[in-house]
Amino acid sequence: MAMELHKFHGGLKLETHKTITDDIVATQHPLPARIILPLRQHIGIPSEPIIKVGDHVLKGQTIARANGYVSIPLHASTSGKVIDIGDYPVPHPAELSATCIVIEPDGEDKWCDISPTHEYASVDPKKLQDVIRDCGITGLGGAGFPAHVKLNEGVRNVVDTLIINGVECEPFITCDDRLIQEKADYVVAGTQMIRHAVQAKHCVIAVEDDMPEAYEALAKLVSDDIELIKVPARYPAGSEKQLIQVITGKEVPSGGLAIQIGIVMHNVATAASVYRAVTRGEPLISRYVTITGKVEAPRNLQVLLGTPVIDCLKACGYEPNDNHCIILGGPMMGMNVTNPEIPITKTTNCILVEKKKNVTIEMPCIRCGACVDVCPIKLLPQQLYWHARSDNLEEAQRYHIFDCIECGCCSYVCPSNIPLVQYYRYAKSQIAAEERRRDGADHARARFMAHEARHDQDQQADSDDLPLLADPESDVQAKKDYIDEAVKRTRQKRGKQQTKPEDKSGK
Amino acid sequence: MIGFIFVLVIGVLFVLSYYPRRRSVSDTQRFERRLHQKIDSIDSLLPQTQCGKCDYSGCRPYAEAIARGNADINQCPPGGELTIRAIANLLGRDPVPFPADKKIDSQSFTALIDESLCIGCVKCIPACPVDAIIGSRQMMHTIIKQNCTGCELCIEPCPVDCISMVPVWTRSKEWVWSKPGSILEN
Repeated sequence: MAMELHKFHGGLKLETHKTITDDIVATQHPLPARIILPLRQHIGIPSEPIIKVGDHVLKGQTIARANGYVSIPLHASTSGKVIDIGDYPVPHPAELSATCIVIEPDGEDKWCDISPTHEYASVDPKKLQDVIRDCGITGLGGAGFPAHVKLNEGVRNVVDTLIINGVECEPFITCDDRLIQEKADYVVAGTQMIRHAVQAKHCVIAVEDDMPEAYEALAKLVSDDIELIKVPARYPAGSEKQLIQVITGKEVPSGGLAIQIGIVMHNVATAASVYRAVTRGEPLISRYVTITGKVEAPRNLQVLLGTPVIDCLKACGYEPNDNHCIILGGPMMGMNVTNPEIPITKTTNCILVEKKKNVTIEMPCIRCGACVDVCPIKLLPQQLYWHARSDNLEEAQRYHIFDCIECGCCSYVCPSNIPLVQYYRYAKSQIAAEERRRDGADHARARFMAHEARHDQDQQADSDDLPLLADPESDVQAKKDYIDEAVKRTRQKRGKQQTKPEDKSGK
Repeated sequence: MIGFIFVLVIGVLFVLSYYPRRRSVSDTQRFERRLHQKIDSIDSLLPQTQCGKCDYSGCRPYAEAIARGNADINQCPPGGELTIRAIANLLGRDPVPFPADKKIDSQSFTALIDESLCIGCVKCIPACPVDAIIGSRQMMHTIIKQNCTGCELCIEPCPVDCISMVPVWTRSKEWVWSKPGSILEN
């Protein structure tokens, strides 16, 4: 099944460090002391809790429902008691907190009632999407886009090719590799189910050429209607746009989606979860996570969602200390973690422990152009840097800053150690914030104009009003006394506090 | 022959001179129109807080003052540096630094009514330029957070001083990355 492959511009050939963990069988991680489940583990609107504190929940029970179309439900990873619904630290670059449901496991790990979907091939594709959505399945490749949204496309647009992405291109990460080696049957069966849901004409499963065991495992099981291919290992070949270009030679339009060129892509782990959801009715409550780097026993773990990161690290023989930094994700796109109590979520693929490096000093740009040579999207990183740095946000948009996938190839090669991706993230969030400010200002302006218009109308109407008759029942003096008391109370309070800041009386 | 053509041409011109001429737009009208467009563009860059901290009665009067050259572009605290740059960009001028004695609002604030002190006097409600306060006589008043622009105009009329300004909580939706190399945290 030789398929002619293409190349994408730029990219890097990196040291993969995959041999640390790729030949060790994944171990099931035991029940942690607490399960912390953020209401938002996906791109979209956070889900809404449907249980309360104190409730007892079973494993797999729906504990939060989807809130809108781009949202998915949340399920309990194990049976136990809901001990809190509140703000807890979650994976976030600034360590912000978010609303989480916290469960204390009761040790029984008892499942709720779940039911399979029989004869999926004869089931309406729309029904299959609902099953996948109800099981809380989101893209497990890292971005976390709700899977059912990328399945719906098959109903409205024609899907030419479904690509199942097993191209694990980031160094150190081997969770997909191990998943394929251990559960190739889930992956292949899940692929068939997704194919049915999107009604794709062609179907491809892709792995990297440095994953020979995974390739063999799949080759034994794929039927003739699925094309299994190996792509050359090059970072970031596993990124959606790059993989599409390698396999089909087509480019996703700037600012556009893969579906616009008739392609839908899902990760291998997503396919395996779909298999579980359809054949058993099992919701997404666990995933493979690679624990690697400077830990005693690096390996892949099958972890229940909501398990604190520190638990997984301890299981691999690591205690946090000042010499090491903990990274959630890989060395190129991962996020630094200072609070290891944060939970493993649907999009966590790796925990990497590295030695702390000396702070690199950012030096001036020497206009060498190395960044331009490696950008897989064929952007001009140097121009984006100049514009982001000088807050020239409109120009940055003209140079397609929103097409940047933040892969980090440019920062990696910069001889001046300029943290280029940080500049682009800054510019992107400023542009988004500016839009929010504009919307807020427009909203305020509309309300102000309505206020003024009503004010004018009222002034007009006042002259026509009948004089207000005093209510003979009311005791005016009592009212006056009440107000005087209240004012006296506050004056006393004010006297004890500092004087309030000066403010203008505008009008 | 030539004479005949000559008379014909004069005749045509004579007739044409009776057609109503297109109203010529006078210079003043053109100036006014352009001025209003300028005011609109400047106003679209202002934050619409309607607070009066610029020493004008609202955002549009300030925009008009800038357009007429009566005010400088660095008088808006809620707008901050970004607004100064944006207006400078629009008008093709150099940005002007914020005056040292005034304070730029570094965070967004929203008003909060202490319900244990509120007496339902309705004095704050007309003060709010964007109608962000709900309440009625002797009924509890409350601020609608989504509509509050943080202008602080409601604080002064309150006889029991129950309104305070609190920072708007930044949830992860509103969080922004800080610029690399900046010393201050965002």
